[in-house]
Amino acid sequence: MSGLDWLSDFLARLGAEQVIVAQDALALAPAIRLALAAEHWATAARVAADMGLRHAGLWADCLDDSALAAEDRAIRVQACLEHAGDYLVLETQVPMLRPVLASQAAFYPGVDRLERHAHDLTGLELTGQPDGRRWTRHQAWPEDSFPLRSAFPLAGEPVGRTPADADYPFGRVQGAGVYEIPVGPVHAGIIEPGHFRFHAMGEDVLQLEERLGYVHKGIEKLAVGRDPAGLARLAGRVSGDATVAHAWAACQAMERATGCVVPPRALALRGLMAERERVANHLADIGAVCNDVGFAFAHVQCGRLRELWQRRSQAVFGHRLMMDALVPGGVAADVCERVAEELLQDQAQLKSEIAPIFDVVADHPSLDDRLMTTGVLSESDARQLGCTGYVGKASGLSFDVRRDSPYAPYEGLAMDGATLPEGDVAARVRVRMAEVRNSLGWMDRLLKALPEGPVRTDLPEAEAGALGLGIIEGWRGEILSVVRFGADGRIARYFPRDPSWFTWPALERLIQGNIVPDFPVCNKSVNGAYSGQDL
Amino acid sequence: MFRILKKSFQTGVVTEAPPRLEDAELDGVGMELRRRIDARFGRSLAIRQVDAGSCNACELEIHALNNAYHDVARFGVHFVASPRHADALLVTGPVSRHMEAALRRTWRATPAPKFVIAAGDCACTGGEFGVSYASCGAVERVIPVDAKIPGCPPSPLALLKGLLHALRA
Repeated sequence: MSGLDWLSDFLARLGAEQVIVAQDALALAPAIRLALAAEHWATAARVAADMGLRHAGLWADCLDDSALAAEDRAIRVQACLEHAGDYLVLETQVPMLRPVLASQAAFYPGVDRLERHAHDLTGLELTGQPDGRRWTRHQAWPEDSFPLRSAFPLAGEPVGRTPADADYPFGRVQGAGVYEIPVGPVHAGIIEPGHFRFHAMGEDVLQLEERLGYVHKGIEKLAVGRDPAGLARLAGRVSGDATVAHAWAACQAMERATGCVVPPRALALRGLMAERERVANHLADIGAVCNDVGFAFAHVQCGRLRELWQRRSQAVFGHRLMMDALVPGGVAADVCERVAEELLQDQAQLKSEIAPIFDVVADHPSLDDRLMTTGVLSESDARQLGCTGYVGKASGLSFDVRRDSPYAPYEGLAMDGATLPEGDVAARVRVRMAEVRNSLGWMDRLLKALPEGPVRTDLPEAEAGALGLGIIEGWRGEILSVVRFGADGRIARYFPRDPSWFTWPALERLIQGNIVPDFPVCNKSVNGAYSGQDL
Repeated sequence: MFRILKKSFQTGVVTEAPPRLEDAELDGVGMELRRRIDARFGRSLAIRQVDAGSCNACELEIHALNNAYHDVARFGVHFVASPRHADALLVTGPVSRHMEAALRRTWRATPAPKFVIAAGDCACTGGEFGVSYASCGAVERVIPVDAKIPGCPPSPLALLKGLLHALRA
C-alpha cells in the first residue's frame, strides 16, 4: 500500500466512527498532521491498531504561557503512527483546567510508559490507563506539581535530601516457592542505574518488572529557553552512546521547523558519523554479549577494534564519541581528502579484521549453546510494543528509517542479512554483525562520492510556534525528536523519543521462562538506554 | 578452536606494540600509578563505579580502561561489584535527585579508608545539566569528593591520570 492508500483507508474508517479530523500536511513534514477532538483520541488508536499501524510514541506539550487566560491554557498531545515508512501525527488538545484524555495504551501497550511519563511531567490525566502508577517521578517533586508546566521553576522546590523511592507498588507473584530478587539501582558492573524486580521459582524467571527513572535529569525542562546550538549540545547528551543520532534528530527537527537547507556535504558527513557510531556500539556489544557467557576472546578482540575506531574518531572529528560534532545547519568540522583516504583504509582494515572474529561468533558450539533459544522475543510481541532497530529486526520486523523513510544522505542502502525470524539473543547478535558489515560497505560508497561544498549553513530565525519532527535511525533504532520554538528563536519544547521506550518492555517479555543467570546476556543483547529513557 | 588461536596469535599482545606518543604517556602514568597504589593500598586499588545520573558516555570510557590497549588491571586497578569490596568510588554524572539516596547509601557501605573520585564534567561541576528540580549537580554536593577528573567524557588516559592525582592527594 502506498502512503496515500492507507491514509485514505484510515480516514475512511475514522469517518465511519464519526471522527472528524483536520488534515495538515506541512506543519510536521514528513509526517502528516491530523487534528482531532479529544473525545476521539482512543477511537483513533483503536482504528489504527486494527489496521496494524505502528505506534511510534506519544508526548504532551503544555501551552500555558502566563500571558494566556487560565481558560485558554491547554495541554497539546501528539501521537506518532507509522506504516510502510509514512508517518502520521495525531494531535489533540485538552484544557489545562481539566486535562483529561483517554489512554491509547489499551490498544498499544508500548506507549504505556510514555503516557505515564507525560502524566508525571505535565499533569495530563489519562482515563482508562491500564497502569495508573507513576513512572518517571520518584520522590524529587510532589505528586501534584508538574515540571513541564511553565509555572514550575527549573530549580524546583526541593526540601532537603531526596528520599529513596521506597514504596513503589511493584506487581507481585505469589505462591509456594516463589521468591523476589531486587537488583539495583546501583548495579554490579560499569553500567547505568535502574531497578529490576525479579520473581523467580528455582532458577526460572516468572516475572521481571523494571523500575527506571533513576537518571532523570530534567532534559525536557532544561531544553526550554535554549538557543538551537544549546539544544544540539543537550541532545548530544540525552544518551552518550547515541550522541550523534540524538544530536542529528534534534538538528533535523530544528532545520525542518525553520526551513533550513543543509548542505549535501554536511549531510554526508553526518551519515558517516552516524554509521561510525553504529559500528562502535555494535562492536562493543557483540563482544560484551559473548563475554556475558564467558567467551572472552570476542570481547577482547571487539574491544581492541572499538578502541582503534574511537581513536580515529578523535583524530578526525575531535572527539572519541563524536560529541558536539553536529551543529544546527551542518557539522562542526570538514574532512579533507587525505583524511577521507585514511578513513577508507581504516574501513578496509576493519572489514578484514572482523571477518574471522565474526565467523567464530556466528559458528561456535559454546556460544550457540548459550545464545540460541535464549531470550526469545516473538514477532507479535515486538510488533505490539513497537520495537525497531536490531531488537525488531531480530524478531522479523525489517523496518529501518534509512530504507523505509529515507532521509539524506541515505539512498540505496543494502540491508543484507539484517532481518532474522528467531528473536533470540543469537539473532540479535547476528543482526548486529550484519549491520556492521552493511554500514562499512555503505561508508565506503559515501566517502568515494563525498559531495563538494560547505559543511555548514546558518539556521534561519525560527517563527514563534514553529514545529519540527526529526526522525533518525540511531544505532538502537528509530529516534523521534520533536521541537517547538517559542519567541526569539528559543526552544519552547523538546522531546526526544529514544527507541528504548519500546525495547525496555520487550526485555520484560523476552526474559520470561529464562533462568536468572541468563538475565545479563539477555539485557545486554537488548541494551536499552537508561539515560535516553529517563531523560 | 584453531580459528581462535590463529586470530589470537595474529593479534599478538597489543599492549606491547611499539608505543605511539599516547601509549608512551600511558605507560609512564601507569607505572607511577602502580607505585602509589603499592604504597597506599597494598598493591591493588579496588574501585566501585557508580553512575549517579550520567548520560552513559563516561561509562563507555571507563569501560575502555579495561580494553587490551589500556589494560588497567596490570597497574593493580580493578573494578569490583560491591562498595563493600571497594577502596574508592568512581562517581559519574550530575547526581540526579532520584539517585541521591542510593549514592549516599553506596558511600556509607564503602569501608574506610575510602576516597571518592568524581569523573566527568557533570560529576565535577554539574556540567550540561547543572542543578535543577531533577539534579543535585556536582557529586561534592552530596558526598565528600577527594579528586576530580574533568572531561566530557574524560578519555581513558585522562581517567588514569586522574586516578594518579587522587592517590597523590
